[in-house]
Amino acid sequence: MSLATIAIILGGLTVASALMVIITKHPVHSVLYLILTFFMISSNYVLMNAQFLAVVNIIVYAGAIMVLFLFVLMLLNLSKSTEPQSSLLIKVAGVIAGGILLTVVVAALKDGVTIAEVNEVETDGQGLVQNLGKLLFTKYVLPFEMSSVLFIASIVGAVLLGKREKQIID
Amino acid sequence: MVLASIFQAGVSIQFYIVLSSILFAIGVTGVLIRRNAIILLMCIELMLNAVNLLMVAFSTYLGKADAQIFVFFIMVVAAAEATVGLSIIVMAYRNIRSTDVGIFNKLKG
Repeated sequence: MSLATIAIILGGLTVASALMVIITKHPVHSVLYLILTFFMISSNYVLMNAQFLAVVNIIVYAGAIMVLFLFVLMLLNLSKSTEPQSSLLIKVAGVIAGGILLTVVVAALKDGVTIAEVNEVETDGQGLVQNLGKLLFTKYVLPFEMSSVLFIASIVGAVLLGKREKQIID
Repeated sequence: MVLASIFQAGVSIQFYIVLSSILFAIGVTGVLIRRNAIILLMCIELMLNAVNLLMVAFSTYLGKADAQIFVFFIMVVAAAEATVGLSIIVMAYRNIRSTDVGIFNKLKG
């Protein structure tokens, strides 16, 4: 099986699992399908020689963020019966709007962008930890440190918002 | 281990442009048709991942690793956004006993 066939199959599976996220009614099933979508996207990263990002994608998204979503869903005890449903009119309008967006973006980007023909690019090992780590701690060291400030802010925000209101008032 | 480059194996960059456009459109459609606030946050994550996929595709295509660093930063911002967004939703659920965005319009003053 050629690499192109594998890419097309993985792309189709990615789109199918992403569609199931918004089609399925049960919120927990949505989360599980989104985890599947992230695994498919990670496999696309591996195909594109971005091995470090593939691993980080699984650890951060599938491992941390989606578990957080799953915990919140189970904490709030949401199920199919409590799931709010949009009216049919809103659903049809939303699908049409999304389809129009897709048509416009694909039509604009497919042939409108002139992409330089790049041949013989050396991509071996560019997505590995060694290369990305060097880049992250030299050229992009300031944004890297700023992101730690962002994390501190989000931790403080989450703790503050998660407190009971009485405790905040007292 | 050295893998063969996908773009030298006959896959064009247009394939990944179309793929990530479809993923982004699915995310937008999900935000428009679903009413559960948690599902809306998940659809935003889906849109962020569509952008990540396109950036990695161009990074590999052009042979520059810089875009992969930016994907890393997008993941950082997405993680921070998810924690704060979910805690806001949990707080709103305590007050109105629902995560329906249709009820959230009571928030306006």
